Amino acid sequence: MSNDRDKDGRVSKRDRTTATAPALGTREFLRWMWTQLTSMRTALLLLLLLAVASLPGSFVPQRGVDARAVEAFRLRHPDLSPWLEKLGAFNVYASPWFSAIYLLLMVSLIGCILPRSRVYWRALRARPPQAPRRFDRLPASGTFETTADVDTVLAAARRVVGRARVDVVTDDGGGRGELRSERGYLRELGNLVFHVSVVVVLVGVAIGSLLGYRGAVIVTEGDRFSNVLTQYDEFTSGTWFDPDSLPPFSLELDDLIAEFDVSDGPQRGAPRLFQADGTFVEGLDGDDQDYSIRVNHPLSIGSTDIFLVGQGYSPVIRVTDPSGTVVFDEAVPFLPEDATYTSGGVVKVPDISPEQLGLQGFFLPTAARTSDDAASISLFPAAANPYVALQAWTGDLGLDDGTPQSVYVLDTSRMTQVLDEDGNPFRIELQPGQTSTLPDGTTVEFTELRQFARFQISSSPLAGLPLGGVAVGLGGLILSLFVRPRRTWVRAVSDGSRTVVEAAALDRVPRDDLPDDLTSFIDRLRDELEPQEKKTP
Amino acid sequence: MTLADYAEFSNYAVASGTVVLALAFLAHLGELLFVRQEAVEPVAAAAGSGAPGTVAVAPPEDDDVPPRSAVLSRVGVALTVVATGLLVAGVVTRALASQRVPWGNMYEFGLTGVSIALVVYLVLVRITSVQWIAPLVTGFGLAILGLAWSAYVPAGPLVPALHSYWLVIHVAAVMIAGALFLVGASASLLYLLKERAENRGAVGPILRRVPTIAAMDRLAYRTHAVGFVLWTFGALIAGPIWAHYAWGRYWGWDPKEVWAFVTWVVYAGYLHARATAGWKGRRAAVIALLGFATFLFSYYGVNIFVPGLHSYAK
Repeated sequence: MSNDRDKDGRVSKRDRTTATAPALGTREFLRWMWTQLTSMRTALLLLLLLAVASLPGSFVPQRGVDARAVEAFRLRHPDLSPWLEKLGAFNVYASPWFSAIYLLLMVSLIGCILPRSRVYWRALRARPPQAPRRFDRLPASGTFETTADVDTVLAAARRVVGRARVDVVTDDGGGRGELRSERGYLRELGNLVFHVSVVVVLVGVAIGSLLGYRGAVIVTEGDRFSNVLTQYDEFTSGTWFDPDSLPPFSLELDDLIAEFDVSDGPQRGAPRLFQADGTFVEGLDGDDQDYSIRVNHPLSIGSTDIFLVGQGYSPVIRVTDPSGTVVFDEAVPFLPEDATYTSGGVVKVPDISPEQLGLQGFFLPTAARTSDDAASISLFPAAANPYVALQAWTGDLGLDDGTPQSVYVLDTSRMTQVLDEDGNPFRIELQPGQTSTLPDGTTVEFTELRQFARFQISSSPLAGLPLGGVAVGLGGLILSLFVRPRRTWVRAVSDGSRTVVEAAALDRVPRDDLPDDLTSFIDRLRDELEPQEKKTP
Repeated sequence: MTLADYAEFSNYAVASGTVVLALAFLAHLGELLFVRQEAVEPVAAAAGSGAPGTVAVAPPEDDDVPPRSAVLSRVGVALTVVATGLLVAGVVTRALASQRVPWGNMYEFGLTGVSIALVVYLVLVRITSVQWIAPLVTGFGLAILGLAWSAYVPAGPLVPALHSYWLVIHVAAVMIAGALFLVGASASLLYLLKERAENRGAVGPILRRVPTIAAMDRLAYRTHAVGFVLWTFGALIAGPIWAHYAWGRYWGWDPKEVWAFVTWVVYAGYLHARATAGWKGRRAAVIALLGFATFLFSYYGVNIFVPGLHSYAK
């Protein structure tokens, strides 16, 4: 966990402090050193292992990120996929081996923080160490003579040392004394704070995900969403979250604004603005309040955030049976599949007899045909020339057998396709206002085009904890990397008329500016003692 | 000038800046060749007797003429100054043309990052002698400009997900961290080369110009330490906060997030290795280079090879 410490330097330092603290014997100390060293190396290996272990997740699609991409990958690689599945490669960040590394690292981290905190606590209460006998063995030292007496020298040195923990010790006769100083205690504090904050962040994220929930829902213009489980298209929540306790609120989408680049060139069609406007009600019966959600600007209702994460088109389809009864009249969201919003969708009409009706096809916002027999394609994501093409099936939609099914997938296993007179699939091609009549007399009308917003609704309680943790941790990291711990000693020995002053400094993290700093320290000390002496060198 | 004029000017400035930087790189390579040659035949080189394959130079009048390596070094720095001026002009006009910060896509990220690194390098050249790093800085800079050109898109506004002041904070922090990692990786590379040469007892004339391996190690440590703090802030704090607003979650293991995390972990490993007996020195330097490789992959490779949420940054 130490960032930059010279391990050998620490050993000798520790040795000195333990020598004065008989409670901690040499054996315990060695054992402590041993665990310290091993856990350091173990931690290092675990860190690198964690890096390696997280890599597969960036190449193999992940269920938690994009479940559809996982299914597509499995279809493309039928031989490889079962093996990857066994290894947990589709769910790397929740797999046992990833968790194992992660937990071992946590244990190693905590096993490192605790003893280091004890040592730091002791160091905080300890006094600066005695001056070594021989200064010339230290990386930087110097000496000069002065007429000032020992007390004056040490008092001046006390002023020049500045902000540091200082002890001044003189012997009884006053002919000999030394100043011991140490500064840079914040380095180890920062180091500990940083590593504690890493633990806080990891624990905070874990607890937050246990307490939180996240769901997605598609809301078409004019529709209202209430925050209850049944209204969600997708919903996941942490183990400690009770889905019945979703905070009550509802929102209505009035207008979805999507703007795209109309310039000629490679940026054409690139999105420029997405905005969802409407009203929401907080609680079960509150007042209507206006909202405007844009990308990067979510709406917060209590502890819940509502994000605009997508949008698309919902053609309103009206189905009338041969007797003239309207059996279906709804906006049907078609999910965009590419950058020009070629969108796929399904219409399920259960309330029609004698057999249920299913329509499946695609929507193009700006349809164009390159030649008469070519299929239509979408040229632009905005709805300049909306067009729906559908094929029809009759039979059993499979809605009543109890198995949940997606509203975006038509299960045609118990249905037969509607054919035209030539035996080809019957095609329904509609623009807004147009109607198509099936062979049995059922009519399908594309009455109007609306847009939908895809909202992500999530609650991340305790998100402040990891965020605060990283902010504090960053402060600790800066301290641990840039505070310079330094010990400075000054010894003054008087022979009655002259005083020999020796000064030396030691950095616990070796730095190359130490000799220069010591020279400047001695200059300032001489300046403090005899300002005139400097002027006549 | 209209926005289109600015955009066109920017393209010309960046293109010519790239060419001039290439010339500067060649000048520094030539400098290295002469350093080697002058070390072999100091007298002959000083007399300018004309090495084969080089342009003939008029014989010097007296002994005060500087060696050709020094001339080429100065030429290289002068060319770098011109190239940096052109690139900075290209960055500024690019910002004017698109009317936003010039780091909205990979082309702009690489261009602006290299410009920052070059300005920092030239400032260092003014205040201290770091010319020995010139071939690496111009070479790396050229390589990253090449990557940037391969991801070129015309100047234009941003997609909605990028409309956020976090674009300024997140990308700027990551970009400066990247520039520091580049300097740190150069120092670690030189450390490894010189350390190996010293162990073999054969330090060539080129490596002799490089400061001591202890100084290399310190430079690498300091740049990596500052870079690590900025990376922590930019990639692991500002990034998740922005991801929360833009995508509705703080952290979702998007490929770019994975690689940013891996880069962070490897550099954390470097800082720990440097403090661990048996790992400091050579192994730490190797981890630092590994860290730079993961950084490069998270900057460039992820966008090219892996689909993900950051792919708009192409």
